[in-house]
Amino acid sequence: MKHHLIFLSKQAIRMILLLVCVSIAAFFLVSLSPVDPLQANVGQAALGSMSQEQIAKLNAYWGVDQPPLERFLSWASDFFRGDMGISLLYRRPVSEVIAVKFANSIWLLAIAWVVSGVMGFCLGALAGMKQGTWVDKVIKGYSLVIASTPAFWLALVLLMIFAVWLKVLPVGLSVPIGMEAAGVTLADRIRHAVLPALTLSITGISNITLHTREKMIDIMESDYVLFARARGESNWSIFKNHGFRNVILPALTLQFASISEIFGGSVLVEEIFSYPGLGQAAVTAGIGSDVPLLLGITVISAAIVFGGNLAANILYGIVDPRIRKGGAGL
Amino acid sequence: MRRMNGRQKTALLFGAAVIFLVLVTIAGQVLSEAAMATDFSRKDRPPCPEYLFGTDWMGRDMFVRTLTGLSMSIRIGLLAAGVSSLLALFLGIVSATMGRAVDSLVTWVIDLVMGIPHILLLILISYACGKGFKGVVIGVSLTHWTSLARLIRGEVLQLKEASYIKAAGKLGLSPWQIAWKHMVPHLFPQFLVGLILLFPHAILHEASITFLGFGLSPEQPAVGVILSESMQYLAMGKWWLALFPGLLLVLTVALFDVAGESLRKLLDPGSAHV
Repeated sequence: MKHHLIFLSKQAIRMILLLVCVSIAAFFLVSLSPVDPLQANVGQAALGSMSQEQIAKLNAYWGVDQPPLERFLSWASDFFRGDMGISLLYRRPVSEVIAVKFANSIWLLAIAWVVSGVMGFCLGALAGMKQGTWVDKVIKGYSLVIASTPAFWLALVLLMIFAVWLKVLPVGLSVPIGMEAAGVTLADRIRHAVLPALTLSITGISNITLHTREKMIDIMESDYVLFARARGESNWSIFKNHGFRNVILPALTLQFASISEIFGGSVLVEEIFSYPGLGQAAVTAGIGSDVPLLLGITVISAAIVFGGNLAANILYGIVDPRIRKGGAGL
Repeated sequence: MRRMNGRQKTALLFGAAVIFLVLVTIAGQVLSEAAMATDFSRKDRPPCPEYLFGTDWMGRDMFVRTLTGLSMSIRIGLLAAGVSSLLALFLGIVSATMGRAVDSLVTWVIDLVMGIPHILLLILISYACGKGFKGVVIGVSLTHWTSLARLIRGEVLQLKEASYIKAAGKLGLSPWQIAWKHMVPHLFPQFLVGLILLFPHAILHEASITFLGFGLSPEQPAVGVILSESMQYLAMGKWWLALFPGLLLVLTVALFDVAGESLRKLLDPGSAHV
């Protein structure tokens, strides 16, 4: 246990250092940009009609006139104190914008993550146990096709079927248009989240299914399963006693590693469904040159990804008795 | 007809996939003029024998536009897979052979790149390059090496323990000579398969980032641009604008997967009996 704690604290320190590096790298990339935020947002025509003083004021607002290193240091020290700067497009503190968007996104991400994880694991395990049968072929074929399908196209197809053709689900947004915040019911929210969550779940399944299936096939070919069969254990008891325990650990790792992919998918899906979440905000920030917001979202999402990796490491300790009992582990 | 064995079937599959992809690439380039042609007398046609994928609101032939877009995607994918895989080979070998400091530096960079969600990283790089075509190409090329580098690093770490490599070291070969003479030939099949399997990711990411509006200008017939344009016409029931270009994109990506997997089967001695 002590061994495991030391390992975990090392991981946590590493995660914090990585996060610092992510913010440096992101800031470096952003400061490389030749995009003039004034040109991009104010527009050439409006800029031409402004006085020199107005332009200087705007320059100061968008932080154009400071050298990059100075900008980074002031940004980083503010960030460290919890002040992520002011979003230039939303005109509100970045932390506030991110908090609102994150609250919208987290439901979508959590549902998609859980559904794709559980479904993917079950399908993969089933396919692996029934290797070579039609069940296996259907599941494998589905996963392979979905692995080649871009999430945004799938979103378009679902939109065409359910919103345009069948008209059973709304086209976009997280709440009905023109309704007061108080009037929005939970049912409305759910109705608007169905299609985005469905898209993310469908695309998220394939990876974990294919990996679980491979792993399950390996296990099914092992000596201990052969012996279990010889003892007359049923399929279910083989799965319960041998398959599940061995296949859950790699599946967990993979599932926690997939947070990054689910988030990436949500960027596209939220953009299509105009779902006001973190992903859509990232696209808006990127296109509108809202540097503070873009940086804030990058650091936060990287923190979520690293947090997922850390959680996987903690779960190892709980799931794997070899690590739990303080052995050398894996 | 004589029944083929598994190896021949796999080889045939590989050949068919490659031929199809080459044809799409060439056809797209040849037809790139035709893809831009507008003709308002034939606008908004649903799919018919003459226009397989229908036409859009400017009377552009969607089949030709899609081919041109895919051709460009494949060419960007080619460049991206080439750059990324060479980077992965270099970093993977360096990381495993040049001592602890270099190793931890490379694994650090891999963790760093993997820590930022891929789409977000592409947005950042695209922004750094001032958006546009250049940003997409650089972004897609420089971000796909991480998992292959990890794989190669692991492989080299194992190889290093092999007795023939150790013997070569004792015989006085320098690390670089060992890497070049003994490791590269061993790694080549894996590298080749890894390279081909990079394509699907590169193409999907290229399509995604252009779809979001970073990168190519609206006139360019890129798949991402075509699909994002089609979004505005979905509600009017013009389903063909989104459906067919997307299907062809899925087919292209899947065929790269097929090509990679069948090459793996052919090259890997462990599956030589299939």
